[in-house]
Amino acid sequence: MTADQKAAPARAKGDTLLEIRGLYIEGQSDDVWHPIVKGVDLTLHRGEVLGLIGESGAGKSTLGLAAMGYARPGCRITAGSIVFDGIDLVKAELEAKRKLWGSRIAYVAQSAAAAFNPAHPILEQTIETGVREGTRSRADAIADAKELYGRLRLPNPDKIGYRYPHQVSGGQLQRAMTAMAMACRPDLIVFDEPTTALDVTTQVEVLAAIRDIVEQFHTAAIYITHDLAVVAQMADRIKVLRYGKEVEQAPTREMLTNPKEDYTKSLWAVRELETPERPGQEIILSIDHVTASYGNSVTVLDDVTVKVPRGRTVAVVGESGSGKSTLARVITGLLPPSKGQVIFEGKPLPPALKQRTKDSLRRIQMIYQMADTAMNPRHRVSDLIGRPAELYLGLKGRAREKRVIELLELIELDESFYDRLPGELSGGQKQRICIARALAAEPDLIICDEVTSALDQIVQEGILKLLLRLQSELNVSYLFITHDIATVRAIADEIVVMYQGKVVQQGLKTEVLQPPHPAYTELLLSSVPEMDPDWLNNLLAKRAAHPISGIKRADA
Amino acid sequence: MSAETPGMAVEPPIVRRRRGFRSRAWRGLKKAPPTAWFGLIVVFLYVFVALFAPWIAPFPESEATGAAFEPWSSEHLLGTDQLGRDMLTRMIYGARNTIGIAFATTILAFLIGGILGILVSIMRGWADQFVSRGVDVLMAIPALIFALMLLSIVGPSTTNIILIIAILDSTRVYRLTRSVAMNVVVMDYVESARLRGEGLGWIMGREILPNILPPLVAEFGLRFCFVFLTISALSFLGLGIQPPTADWGSMVRENATLISYGDITPLLPAGAIALLTVAVNFVVDWFLHKTSGLRDDG
Amino acid sequence: MNPVLRTVLQRLGLGLVTLFVVSVIIFIGIELLPGDFAKAILGQAATPDTVAAFQRTVGLDKPPVERYVAWILGVVQGDFGVSFSGLGALGGGQERSVADLIAPRLYNTLFLASFTAIIAVPLALTLGILAAFYRNSVFDRVVNSLTLTTISFPEFFVAYILMYFLAIKLPIFYSLANVGADTPLLERFARTTLPAMTLTLVIVAHMMRMTRAAIINLLASPYIEMAYLKGTPRMQVILRHALPNAWAPIATVIAFNLAYLVVGVVVVEVVYVYPGIGQLMVDSVSARDIPVVQACALIFAVTYILLNLAADIISIVTNPRLLHPR
Repeated sequence: MTADQKAAPARAKGDTLLEIRGLYIEGQSDDVWHPIVKGVDLTLHRGEVLGLIGESGAGKSTLGLAAMGYARPGCRITAGSIVFDGIDLVKAELEAKRKLWGSRIAYVAQSAAAAFNPAHPILEQTIETGVREGTRSRADAIADAKELYGRLRLPNPDKIGYRYPHQVSGGQLQRAMTAMAMACRPDLIVFDEPTTALDVTTQVEVLAAIRDIVEQFHTAAIYITHDLAVVAQMADRIKVLRYGKEVEQAPTREMLTNPKEDYTKSLWAVRELETPERPGQEIILSIDHVTASYGNSVTVLDDVTVKVPRGRTVAVVGESGSGKSTLARVITGLLPPSKGQVIFEGKPLPPALKQRTKDSLRRIQMIYQMADTAMNPRHRVSDLIGRPAELYLGLKGRAREKRVIELLELIELDESFYDRLPGELSGGQKQRICIARALAAEPDLIICDEVTSALDQIVQEGILKLLLRLQSELNVSYLFITHDIATVRAIADEIVVMYQGKVVQQGLKTEVLQPPHPAYTELLLSSVPEMDPDWLNNLLAKRAAHPISGIKRADA
Repeated sequence: MSAETPGMAVEPPIVRRRRGFRSRAWRGLKKAPPTAWFGLIVVFLYVFVALFAPWIAPFPESEATGAAFEPWSSEHLLGTDQLGRDMLTRMIYGARNTIGIAFATTILAFLIGGILGILVSIMRGWADQFVSRGVDVLMAIPALIFALMLLSIVGPSTTNIILIIAILDSTRVYRLTRSVAMNVVVMDYVESARLRGEGLGWIMGREILPNILPPLVAEFGLRFCFVFLTISALSFLGLGIQPPTADWGSMVRENATLISYGDITPLLPAGAIALLTVAVNFVVDWFLHKTSGLRDDG
Repeated sequence: MNPVLRTVLQRLGLGLVTLFVVSVIIFIGIELLPGDFAKAILGQAATPDTVAAFQRTVGLDKPPVERYVAWILGVVQGDFGVSFSGLGALGGGQERSVADLIAPRLYNTLFLASFTAIIAVPLALTLGILAAFYRNSVFDRVVNSLTLTTISFPEFFVAYILMYFLAIKLPIFYSLANVGADTPLLERFARTTLPAMTLTLVIVAHMMRMTRAAIINLLASPYIEMAYLKGTPRMQVILRHALPNAWAPIATVIAFNLAYLVVGVVVVEVVYVYPGIGQLMVDSVSARDIPVVQACALIFAVTYILLNLAADIISIVTNPRLLHPR
């Protein structure tokens, strides 16, 4: 039976492959068991791709692993049944499950770099299960693995397998792991956020490769992700989870056009947020032909010039390694530039942090991506917000307390938060406290470094709206560093596109987002998944017809 | 993992309300395993005996109140030592001297190693290289051997012992502090404090120290045991705490000959050392398990 | 250059530098001697002439750098100088070279250490791996409490307990391990049984705990979970996926504990009156026989440094990232 015979243009769905009924899973923390998955039902047919989507803590990964009959150490299945092709995996002996794993049910982990054994070449790991279970001879398995690498469009499919995991890029490794999962032609593959750790332009290639191979072999799959646009491309049917329970499920197109539950609707609505741009006048910060590098080695910023107008938002967009975070380090003085200067309010800032005055430190504040690590877990909210007010503005005692409460109200939290510790706050609340801490210094410019990317989508919306409101009330400027185009649409007045340490394009939001684009901007913008289930197909068709030229991709 | 938050509009109630330190400590204690309870009680008893030695002991510390090597009797409950001093009295004063000296040494080691470790984690660069390589060299010589060599030069006195062991032991404290502080220094909140213009003192004391305290507390217990055992070993070898100060290590050595006659008296001070280190280790083990969460359970 | 070779050479270079610095530290010992040291050694009755003669013999009249070079050149050729004990107040005594004093004792100590290591290393690794596998089982908990107890004991406590029960109450073994140069091999084993047992108990506890921690750490890696989810049988997960990555931590554990053995030997030798280098060092420290102390300290330090060096080199040559550079 060849792959081509199995592949069908319209995906004929077979009989039921996996049936989960009333599943409860508990996890242990601090010696207490608490529920993670609370009574979920799930049905999967042969050859069907089910998208599991939900925010952090929804229990989607736990459910995905449970579909294999596996619970991580510290987790336990307490009730329900998981029937895979007639076998109840809850009751099955470990040995029986082991026979299924790798052969009939396979797993693709989020971080391929961590999930490949560093001590063996990729090919060895790809063919391991097949050779061990005796389904193929070693030579056959090797030939087949090479063919799979080719189908997944890995470069050099005959040779790449002999490389070690650390010698291969992240996007390639993720495809190699898909090949490993496919090696025994399983009936079911569980994909656990396989593209979350990748850049958008890499993600497109991996998504396309995964989707094609699953289709070619008519494999059933559970695709776990938090990204709606991604799941829209991959899944036949979508199941929305929240707090370990199902919210709703429906075929993909129906779910996208006509979600029933409020929660689902709110998820969908976030991506629609968009504000009109406002051209700026007076320039408050200008980065003037800055070149910077770490040590004496690689140049991270190469002759970068960026201007930020007062009371406006400039979004700096780029992928990892583009130098956008380094830009923030140069502005704040953490990394003195080797050439060029940073001009603030018409005057050049001293390059190094130590030479700057307290007042210039006060006027530029920073908010971080991970609110968790940006706040000292041992400091209370009153100290976190009160400290800058005390340090810069000399507020003490009652005055400080009053100011902290004012700021809490400004960020839509109340007095009850006054003496909480960060560990007692939710993700969104933490980021709000970080915003309040920046505002306490009464700054002119706030650098926002990926401030929403670690947050769930609904929480993101709240934070973005808050930032917009604060800007209109306080006339503060934002330098908004992000890789997420949806966030840019929502908040930016001007956009700076960066690639490999250089500014590729900058201008007003509409100018940058409207074609024609420079090659890299085109690649970046077109790679951002959209909610349209046909987006990936259209994109691939378009790229096949008009290849984007002039960009060297390290990760091809 | 406490529930991560969903939407702003529908922030769930915070699951974990803050409890007072005392009630949390009590709850933790109630759930402690029997080994930890045993450890805590033993440590408490030792500290009590050490503090109130002059009131508990039946005789003065170094006065011969009987003949040499008297057997156990109603007057000398544990007999007498090679100079006719009451064993029980020596044991009780031994608690005070041995524990006191080991404790002082450990504190000193933590002051040296802890401050250097935090400083270096902030300064990095050449300061880190310089101190770390120096520590590597010091650690390239086994501590007991190094201590023996230094003592042969400066001669054994209580001050010398405290200084030498504290400096040698501070290398290990330094390594631990540096490595845990390095993990904290890279946190955004430390960068944020630097951007705010905070001084070195604030960053060391307010940003870093509170976050590395749990491993340091556990390490204090372990280092105390190690120091205690090292000093006892030195005393046992006759190169530690010098007579007539009552000290468990020396007591074992002085009375060791009794063992060949089947008398277990010299095992008592050795056992006293063992019991205390076992107790401290049990407490530390429990504390580590608690503060590191599931670290051990993969 | 091949990165493995480069890293190994770097590490060897660093080891040499450490050895040099350690030798300097040990040498400086003699510089720190208080002024009236000669008197202390020779006795109060020493005349200025004898003191001057003593200082000439020891070489105190030459500049320190010159003396260091002479000392270290001697050491490299196996000449550690002359023991003070022959120069003592009793005068007239035979001059004894440090090397002659140390050689037979070094042999004894190495004999005891190897004897212990051969038993302790395999035992500890096996127990540690088993405890890691069956972690949180009754076996693990019992072993954990037992080893925690053992490492808390001072070595002399373990030694006397064993002596009390296994040599005095039940006279199975020799209570003292006083061997001589002409003791037959079999008797040598018999006499060193108790010291070896004591050391084994102490080392096994340490080593087992470290092995367990290292293995648990390794088993928590995502690639181990992946191997498991590929249906790999448990034994193969260990052999194929964990073991190739485990050499570095295991080597570190073994080296650390063998180094620990070197130190533990001092106390145990004193308890069992075993004529090894540890006991020699203790006696020399009491007698302030500095050349002997220096020689012993140097030997201990070199062993220690070489063991750690070996562990580092094993870690380097088994690291796939270095073996297969990009």
